[in-house]
Amino acid sequence: MMTAVQANGPQRIHRHKFTLWVAMGSMVMMFAGLTSAYIVKKNQSSWLEFNLPMLFWYSTAVILVSSFTIQMAFQAHKAGEMGKYRTLITLTALLGISFLVMQIMGFMDLEANDIALTGSRSNSAASFLLVITGLHMLHVLGGIVAILYILFRAYNPAKKAETSLPVELAATYWHFVDVLWIYLFIFYNWIG
Amino acid sequence: MSNEAVLHAPAAAGSLDHGHGEHHEHHHHETFISKYVFSMDHKMIAKQFLITGMVWAVLGGLMSVLFRLQLGYPDSTFPWLEDLLGKWAAGGKISPEAYYALVTTHGTVLVFFVLTAGLSGTFSNFLIPLQIGARDMASPFMNMLSYWFFFAASIVMLSSMFVETGPFSGGWTAYPPLSALGDASPGSKTGMDLWIIAMALFVVSQLLAGLNYISTILNMRTKGMTMTRMPLTMWALFFTAVLGVLSFPVLFSGFILLIFDRNFGTSFYLSDIFINGVGALPNEGGSAILYQHLFWFLGHPEVYIILLPAMGIASEVMSVNARKPIFGYMAMVASMFAIAILAFLVWAHHMFVTGLNPFLGSVFVLLTLLIAVPSAIKVFNWLTTLWRGNIRFTPGMLFAIGFVSLFISGGLTGIWLGNSALDIHLHDTYFVIAHFHIVMGVASMFGMFAGIYHWFPKMYGRFMNNTLAYIHFWVTLAGAYMIFWPMHYQGLAGMPRRYYDYSVWESFKQFAELNQFISLVAMIVFAIQILFLFNFFYSIFKGRKVTTENPWGSNSLEWTTPINPGHGNWVGEIPEVHRWPYDYGKDGKDHITQTTPIGADESHH
Repeated sequence: MMTAVQANGPQRIHRHKFTLWVAMGSMVMMFAGLTSAYIVKKNQSSWLEFNLPMLFWYSTAVILVSSFTIQMAFQAHKAGEMGKYRTLITLTALLGISFLVMQIMGFMDLEANDIALTGSRSNSAASFLLVITGLHMLHVLGGIVAILYILFRAYNPAKKAETSLPVELAATYWHFVDVLWIYLFIFYNWIG
Repeated sequence: MSNEAVLHAPAAAGSLDHGHGEHHEHHHHETFISKYVFSMDHKMIAKQFLITGMVWAVLGGLMSVLFRLQLGYPDSTFPWLEDLLGKWAAGGKISPEAYYALVTTHGTVLVFFVLTAGLSGTFSNFLIPLQIGARDMASPFMNMLSYWFFFAASIVMLSSMFVETGPFSGGWTAYPPLSALGDASPGSKTGMDLWIIAMALFVVSQLLAGLNYISTILNMRTKGMTMTRMPLTMWALFFTAVLGVLSFPVLFSGFILLIFDRNFGTSFYLSDIFINGVGALPNEGGSAILYQHLFWFLGHPEVYIILLPAMGIASEVMSVNARKPIFGYMAMVASMFAIAILAFLVWAHHMFVTGLNPFLGSVFVLLTLLIAVPSAIKVFNWLTTLWRGNIRFTPGMLFAIGFVSLFISGGLTGIWLGNSALDIHLHDTYFVIAHFHIVMGVASMFGMFAGIYHWFPKMYGRFMNNTLAYIHFWVTLAGAYMIFWPMHYQGLAGMPRRYYDYSVWESFKQFAELNQFISLVAMIVFAIQILFLFNFFYSIFKGRKVTTENPWGSNSLEWTTPINPGHGNWVGEIPEVHRWPYDYGKDGKDHITQTTPIGADESHH
């Protein structure tokens, strides 16, 4: 028998990274389904037009910045600058949490302006905004959990010598939820 | 990333160790819990999927026997039914509510729990690592999670049958408003809540599973196993996983909107509704059709999620037992690819009578009829594989041939139904029931049986009993045609599906005896499946033992493992692959396994 254990050379994409990409494709399908439903619904009767809360503009800026910080954190981790890495990854987690808080406050603004999101007075325009944005927030929350996980590992002295793969996975996913939000933001404002 | 690393790395970690040539003898400490319950061995997870699927097949099949009793003998009473179902069969007659609950649960369970989880769950898990030459899945931990999400879904679905208001009863498609309004019917209350929770868990299970299958097939093939050297089962299961990963999320988004309509008063699907006893509802502007779009965007690919594994299994089993190369390997792959693409472009043919724009309908007619092309290519290739083959009629082979027979007879009526003009007449009649039960239901069951009979020796190191298997095959094949063939005539005569009692309709009284006949055959076929289950479980413990590694003389990699492979599949190194798996009868040799290097004197390769 020939010695043949691995088919894949080191240049191939890591299987966890690959799985993540397929999973992101799957999430894209979910949001594509929802935004298609939004378009279908919008072209029917009784659709309420309203402006997005101002806070959504600020939250967009926040999540954009957090994409930069996590990328820099990943670079720092690869370069072995653990101090810088810890600062940046902590900053990313904080930005992520403030993004979620701003989204929630944005919805509270809408409710305060008498745009019902749920219940018998609600219009599906607002309900769609809640459902789609809410699902995106859950995905961001998943990203925050992943970041907190690698953050606690970063402060754990027993886990010194480790590869940057978990950081890279978290960064890839974080960029994904960032791009997804920007898509949704553009969609709400100018497409849908 | 080496296969060794998969077994030894902790599940969630991402250590970047490189492959190493030396091998270890595995002496895992395995407890009962880690070996049989929370197992991360793909082979054990496959068996868990299979046996859970069997439990559901018995329950779902029993439900069909119960509602066939009502359809076949609408005027009779069966006192034992009251003992079994209690208030749902007061006086020995199934109540209308119970009838709808049985029909709904039968559909949901068979489509999702048996033919999705039980079929692709079993064979993806069992065959992917074995046939591509991997020690396990890309992520054994996710694989285990996938089973346990399915298990949780099963428990929730099962519990819905015991709630006071009964399980969901609005049809397996769960269209709103019946599914969105608790006041609409008894089954729309707690039963629907549990239904949707179970289905959400099921979607999660399928996504975890599908991600793993795709990642494993693309990343973990052994040396020499190029994509075009994979057995067709691998291609089929790969396309199945892709379909699932891309379509289940859309169903999920439809469910989320449904949950909001049910529980938070939104109006995605609801508009202008008046419920008897409740009054007018405030919901305005919703569209029930929107749900149908989201549902059928999954619903149609789901048909191929069910059918493709059966096609792959039939191809492999047929080539092995005809002792001939599969005819048109690349055409088989290409036609499965075409089916996978078209699966996403035909969903509205389920919606021709929803008021769909007729022009749009005609586009969907064209795309639907296009599926006939790859389907016909596959049928042609199966028949030409059999042609002048040295056929061994093993039980697996019989079921593979039976699959082709059913696929042809069920597929032809698909061409009828794909035409919107005909569909307007046939929609929601027994013609549709006949069509999809033959082409998707029974055909895929046959693929599953073919797979079980063929790979049972690999699963348990024993053979199933052939005599019982032959009885099982012939009764099931004849029975399936006797049950579903007459339904075409009923459907053409306009008999609608889902009615509780046809004897009160002047137009359908003529079918009283035919309905009785169908019910009788359904009971016999159900009883024969119990015989199959007896054979299966008896053979696990008492079946004839397998004495050679490769009892079928098959070329593919799973037969190079020990008779009872442990976790890791191969003792020592994973073999290298030198050729495709279909070198049967080449250069006068009966078969040449994939691990045999190309010889200098070979004719072509």
